[in-house]
Amino acid sequence: MTERLLQLRGVTKHYGPVRANHDISLHVDRGEVVALLGENGAGKSTLVKQIFGLVTPDAGEIVVKGDTRPISGPSDAIARGIGMVHQHFQLVPVMTVTENIVLGHEPISGGRVDLPAARARVQELSDRYGLAVDPDAEIADLPVGTQQRVEILKALSRDVDLLILDEPTAVLTPQETDELLRVMRELAESGTSVVFITHKLREVLAAADRVYVLRGGQQVGEVATADVDEAGLAELMVGRSVVLRVEKDPAAPGEEVLAVEGLHVADDRGLPAVADLSLSVRAGEIVGLAGVEGNGQRELVEAIAGMRRPTGGRIHLRGDGTTQGGASGAVGEVDLTRARPDRARAAGVGHVPEDRERHGLVGSFSIADNLVLNRFTHRLFARRGVRNRAAIDDNATRLREQFDIRSAGIHTRAGALSGGNKQKIVVARELSARPRLLMAAQPTRGVDVGSIEFIHSQVVAARDAGAGVLLVSAELDEVLSLSDRVLVIHDGHIVAEVDPATIDRAEIGRLMAGGRRDAQALADEWGAGGEKQGPAH
Amino acid sequence: MGFVRANRTGLAVALAVVVAAYVAYAVDGTLTSSLLGFAWSFAVPLVLAALVGVLGERSGVINIGIEGQMLGSAFVAFFAAALSGSMLLGALAGMGTGLLLGAFLAWTTVKWRMDQIIAGVVLNIVATGLTSFFYVQGFTLPQVMPSIEVPLLSSIPLFGPVFFTGGPFSLFAIVAVLVIWFGLFHTRWGLRTRAVGEHPHAADTAGVDVVRLRLLNVTLAGLLAGAAGAYLSMEASSTFERGFTAGRGFLALAIMIFGAWHPGKAMLAALFFGLMSGAAAQLQASRVVDIPEQFVNLLPYVLTLVVLAVAAGRVRPPAAAGEPFVKGDA
Ligand SMILES: Nc1ncnc2c1ncn2[C@@H]1O[C@H](COP(=O)(O)OP(=O)(O)OP(=O)(O)O)[C@@H](O)[C@H]1O
Ligand SMILES: [Mg+2]
Repeated sequence: MTERLLQLRGVTKHYGPVRANHDISLHVDRGEVVALLGENGAGKSTLVKQIFGLVTPDAGEIVVKGDTRPISGPSDAIARGIGMVHQHFQLVPVMTVTENIVLGHEPISGGRVDLPAARARVQELSDRYGLAVDPDAEIADLPVGTQQRVEILKALSRDVDLLILDEPTAVLTPQETDELLRVMRELAESGTSVVFITHKLREVLAAADRVYVLRGGQQVGEVATADVDEAGLAELMVGRSVVLRVEKDPAAPGEEVLAVEGLHVADDRGLPAVADLSLSVRAGEIVGLAGVEGNGQRELVEAIAGMRRPTGGRIHLRGDGTTQGGASGAVGEVDLTRARPDRARAAGVGHVPEDRERHGLVGSFSIADNLVLNRFTHRLFARRGVRNRAAIDDNATRLREQFDIRSAGIHTRAGALSGGNKQKIVVARELSARPRLLMAAQPTRGVDVGSIEFIHSQVVAARDAGAGVLLVSAELDEVLSLSDRVLVIHDGHIVAEVDPATIDRAEIGRLMAGGRRDAQALADEWGAGGEKQGPAH
Repeated sequence: MGFVRANRTGLAVALAVVVAAYVAYAVDGTLTSSLLGFAWSFAVPLVLAALVGVLGERSGVINIGIEGQMLGSAFVAFFAAALSGSMLLGALAGMGTGLLLGAFLAWTTVKWRMDQIIAGVVLNIVATGLTSFFYVQGFTLPQVMPSIEVPLLSSIPLFGPVFFTGGPFSLFAIVAVLVIWFGLFHTRWGLRTRAVGEHPHAADTAGVDVVRLRLLNVTLAGLLAGAAGAYLSMEASSTFERGFTAGRGFLALAIMIFGAWHPGKAMLAALFFGLMSGAAAQLQASRVVDIPEQFVNLLPYVLTLVVLAVAAGRVRPPAAAGEPFVKGDA
């Protein structure tokens, strides 16, 4: 007889008219990995936040190890053996890895925080779970993948019986993801239960024992992973069959839209991130940039968008002015090398930034306002400096409908939306300006399969309408299936150009590793990953 | 020696200051002693008030009501002592008032999430209004503050008589700097306080009670503001007048920034202000240069502008300072 670790009965949470969770019942046994699957806004995060005591249910019961008392807050949840890794990082940037991990349960000796003991503990945890971190590194200096590892170690440092992971793999590379899935299985085998939220069906099948599907705030299905495949899961989630492959006609590239020549860009610490890089994007084609994160992709995109000043080289945008852009009818060639973001936008650059919370949205603004952030001075939305509310609202109503943004209305605060719906706002806004050049960095990060399908089709439609698209994604599958041409970036250089239709994963993995000595190992890993994932998605 | 490495610049500056002070002392002992003495008495209320700001902002609450907290405490301390005839009662009443005004800011901003700037402004206005209204002339303190000599430390040449001989509030300021310095960077309380001021949701999800910690820190900081006020009306002088604090509460905010929200550095910054004022006063008094007195009195405020212009962009405030904490809104 297995122990029932967690039992939810009739859990309900409404936000005004939004039924975030409605009458949800489910259970988790000891040593099980349970996945929560559902579209953006289905209520997954809301549900786990209630288990962790961050949100108080309106009705219903959460029973942890037979204890029916309501969970009063995170400290109460922690005391009952629950740990959680949040969808948005909960780390103090100016503190070290060790300080973050021991915060709230600091070892004390002689009145002070015993940092040597804490550091030893972090090192020990890191070794035990095979999650490498430097205990003394400051969080602000770490790449997102490492920060995610710190989050996981932080949760594990409390000896949890139930570990909740809310989209932990959204920002991880495939290798890091596999590492995390392995840790989850190990935990389950040693008796820790895991509740796991993800939009990637492959991960659900690889790590979970059982799946609960949420839709519109309600629990609509439960299956054992042994009994389903990816297509079946996708259908359960969306309620219709989903095309997991991108459908598109061959590209018909026109003239060059973007020309980058000999570009040099420095990273935040002033070190060279992009070195002597040249590339070109033509109208009507999707150029994918494949690379392990942190090889200069971010700096390159930010330089083109005008968010970061290059230290050398040139960026040119060309076009015939037929696309609407921010600037009505800007014709010919524009030098964007030292342009600020507003000029880049006016010239027709659309940008879906990698970090939507920081660069994509104003959380305290309404959805309607966020949808015109890139064009609020455009004559469509403002006349002589006075905003045209009716036009702004019309635009929002149309885009909300078209992009299936799930919210109470167009005047809802964007910050209150679920992660995937925030992403849809950014994509909708950028595409609706009909840019000459669309730069999309991780455009489907945190987005559910149904919406991925939709966003992909919109990107293809933009291409077919004559836009040049530069796609940056950590999802190799996405790069390979969506792009017409793939450039491999390594260490700030373009090291190869490949045809996504014919390249095999092992080969591109080797290229992404940039001819380093461990290239073969990485290539093997990518090759293996490819087989595991199969052809779908 | 992690401490030495972590505070390299601060220690180097402190060492340079000490050496310079002794060189000056060797050249002209009386002048140096009196200058340093002036600087310290000028700095004491600023140090205490800057600590009020540090405690608040390190936990995420901006306190621009320090001026009002000081003013109210100075008033109550003076009149409680004058009317009761007991210096001790005056001192306690002053600090108690500070505590109360700290609690006011804490509860309005943390518990009820009133805008922090507005709450601070309210404190300043109310304190100015009430102390001006109830002020009556002609009272005197029953006696002067006793002077205490710290054994051993007070016999250090130059520094001993200045820092380790003095009234209870001057000595309290030094103790407060040391305690808060150690507390912030080495204790559990300090780690949690800094986390709450940088990223309250991270602290919350780690099981730290954000609201309780902020209430505690902002209220206790009021005690220091009370000490600063009582110092002004009972120790530095034996009088109270309308608008007695003369903007020192705001000066303290500049010192907090100049001191990068660090107790030790804030103390150095306050001493720097004191030395500059002292030097200017000295120059004027000795008629080396002929400048009107008004300009000399203006110096701390001009210096504030300069310092803030220099410090801006070089130091970084705690990230969550000024933001009310709403649970679960992560
Ligand atoms: N604080 C809040 N105020 C108002 N509405 C909210 C709040 N938090 C969540 N919601 C709404 O509740 C619904 C469920 O949100 P939730 O974050 O749980 O979705 P999710 O399943 O985690 O989605 P995603 O996959 O995009 O992360 C959404 O419609 C969201 O807009
Ligand atoms: Mg979510």
